[in-house]
Formats: sequence, structure tokens, C-alpha cells
Amino acid sequence: MAGTQVLSGFNLQVTSGETLVLLGRSGSGKTTTLKLINRLVSPTSGEIRIDGKPHQQFDVIRLRRGIGYVIQEIGLFPHFTVARNIGLVPKIEGWPEDRIQARVQELLQLVGLEGTLASRYPHQLSGGQRQRVGVARALAANPEILLMDEPFGALDPLTRDEVQREFLLLQRQLHKTVVFVTHDLQEALRLGSRIALMEAGKLVTVLDPQEFLKSTDPWASAYVRAFGPGLEAATNRGTQ
Amino acid sequence: MNVGRFILQNHTQVVDLTLEHLWLVGVSTFLAMLIGIPLGILIAHRNRVSKPVLAGANIIQTIPGLALFGFLLPVPWLGARADRLAILALTLYALLPIIRSTYEGIRGVDPAVIEAGKGMGLTESQLLFQVELPLAVSVILSGVRVAAVISVGLATIAAAIGAGGLGEFIFRGLAMVDNRVILAGAIPAAILALLADFGVGWLERRLQPR
Repeated sequence: MAGTQVLSGFNLQVTSGETLVLLGRSGSGKTTTLKLINRLVSPTSGEIRIDGKPHQQFDVIRLRRGIGYVIQEIGLFPHFTVARNIGLVPKIEGWPEDRIQARVQELLQLVGLEGTLASRYPHQLSGGQRQRVGVARALAANPEILLMDEPFGALDPLTRDEVQREFLLLQRQLHKTVVFVTHDLQEALRLGSRIALMEAGKLVTVLDPQEFLKSTDPWASAYVRAFGPGLEAATNRGTQ
Repeated sequence: MNVGRFILQNHTQVVDLTLEHLWLVGVSTFLAMLIGIPLGILIAHRNRVSKPVLAGANIIQTIPGLALFGFLLPVPWLGARADRLAILALTLYALLPIIRSTYEGIRGVDPAVIEAGKGMGLTESQLLFQVELPLAVSVILSGVRVAAVISVGLATIAAAIGAGGLGEFIFRGLAMVDNRVILAGAIPAAILALLADFGVGWLERRLQPR
């Protein structure tokens, strides 16, 4: 990490229960911002607070277990079944086996998967199924916070549409505090309750989807122009 | 050629020497795993020290077998018993393939899997024992297999310093210019090498992650 400053002058507050989208192009610092939250990256200066409590006061392992983490490459454990993948953190946390199994089934249903998939291995699943398992795994120990790093970026458009829709339904039920990284404006407008636009390691502006479309900010309007007309239809109108 | 008859006639000695050989190879391979696997894990995690460690193991590998046995002979405690010395030399030779395969096995684990594991709050040892090692095990065993097969061959030289093993027959046969005696050592050694190859290979496939 020598030398380059990835983020600077960054001040952002995420409200409990909202879906905050970090939008920006590759290299704008979105992922770094996300990794600061679960301490996969440590800040050289500045402070991160969760529920008002400074980061350093948390044990890093406990902190991460309380934060669900979903990445584009998913990172399912290839040598574990779906059930073991989802049940790993509960197991480490010492849940009894029957409670873990019940939780696995509950989560599979929640993300729209058949319960029978529990005994499969990741390589036996489709891309969309794998990503759903990734989400289920992140939710396993019932974290309040969910970090998602371009989770649907590698999916085909139809499957992506499907999982986005499911995500909205899920979030309507669960009200997690979600920080969601994407470079896709359409996805940001659809899923986000607020959009934080980033450029070159700086936070440009934070707007709700409606404001974003009308924004006169040069970066925001450049984004809107690049994605063209028809965005309006896909936009999250704020009511959860 | 009546090698078969010679082996049959001397079967007790063949069996004894084969067992001795197996002991030399078994103990040294085990010790090399005991040292090499942790060392391989260490350098996979602290990449900065990987170069010097691998280079060191490499240098050991370049010392000719007979010379290494000779070098170690005057060392006090070691030189006192030939089998000790042979086991140490064989262990040193077995280190490189084991360290290298462990290093490569661990480094070869999909970084996304590691990141997901860290992000989920696995501790370093949970990550190692539940994720990295199970995923690297077949690569690690491929190194153990190479080490074992090389050791079977190298251990024949141990007879030159009186450590026993099937090399006894080979050296004796060379001195007597009698091919039967040479083969009485070489054939069982070849079979041992094949068995080691097959045995560890079988284990490797059984433990292969899906």
C-alpha cells in the first residue's frame, strides 16, 4: 500500500436501515471505502464509527462477524456444501447443529432457493444461485450491517434483474443497513435509498435517486447522460 | 539371470534391508513434512521471506548426495550413528519439494475465497485450518510424493556410510561385480518408489477438494 492515497477528505454517514449506494467508476475508491468499514483496510488517518463507537474499540473479528460481506467473486468455499458455507459463522459462533440447519433452510428460502440445494457444492450451482448463496451466507448470523461489493456485476442481465428485484423485497423485510458498491447507475437508482457519488477518491455528492437524476452537479449529470434516457422508469421512488 | 533365485535364497536379508530402507525414508519424509509444511505456510503468508527460504532449500538440493553424507560424517552427535546421519541428510533433501508445494498450494487458493473468509470474521487459524489447508492439501501431497520417491532413491546411497537399507546390496554387488546382487537391492528399491508414488498419489486424490 505504499504511497498512493486512495481516499481523502471523506465524510459520510450511513443511516440505520438505509441502502446507501457508493457509485463511481473503477479506481474511484468505492471498494476501499467498503473495506474500511469491515477493517479489511485500515485508514492512515481519520475515524470510523459504528453506532457512535469508534472502530478501534471493536475486536476486529467480532466486528466482522457482525457485518455481512458479499463480493462480486462471491468467494464461496468450494470444498464446503451450500449448507456448510451458509452455516460456517453460526457454527464458529457455537450454535447448536439443529439451529444451524434450520437457519440454513430459512435463509435459502429467503433468497429464493430450493432447500434441497443445501447439500450441493458451489460448482454444481449456476451463477445466480451462487450469488444468492453468497447473500444467504452474509446474512447467516443476522448482522445489522451488510456490505455488498458489486455483488451482481458478473451476472447476465436477466439474472441480475431477478436478483435485484429479490434484493428489494428482502430489504423491505429485513431493513438492514446496506452499503452497496456499483458502477452501474441503473442499479444504483433502482436499489439505493441514497447514492454517494465518488470520483478519484473523493466524495462528490450524496443524493437520493430522484435528486440524482435532476442534479446539476457536473459528475452526476455526466453519469446520467452516459446512461441515456429511460432511467426514470427504473428509479427507486423512495418509499420502502 | 537368476536374480529371482538369489532374492529367494536371501529373502530374510532382502526383507530386513527393505524394512530398514523404509524406515529411513519414512522417518525422514515425516520429519521433512513436520518442518516443511509449517515453513511453507509461513512463507506463503509472509511473502517477503519466501525467496530466501526457497533459495536455501534449493541450495541444499544442489549438494550431491554422497558429498552431503560425507560432510555430515564428522559432526559429533550425528556421526556417531550412521542412520541418524542418513535420516538428517534425507530430511534435508525432502524439504524443498515439500516447502515449495505447500507454498504454492496455499498461494494458489482463490483470493476471493480468502477475502470472503476474512470479511466473515474468520480468525487466521480458522482460515488456515478450515479453508487454506483443505484447499491446498492435494498440492501439498504432490510435493510429499515427489519427496518420498526421491528419498527412496537417495536412501540407497546411505549404505555408503553404513546406514543400511537396500543400498547394501547395490554397493556389495558393485564390489563383487555381480549384477544379481545389485538387482537384489535395486528391484525392491524401485518397487518401494512405485508404492510410495502410488500410495501418496491415492491419498492425494482422496483428499482433493471437489
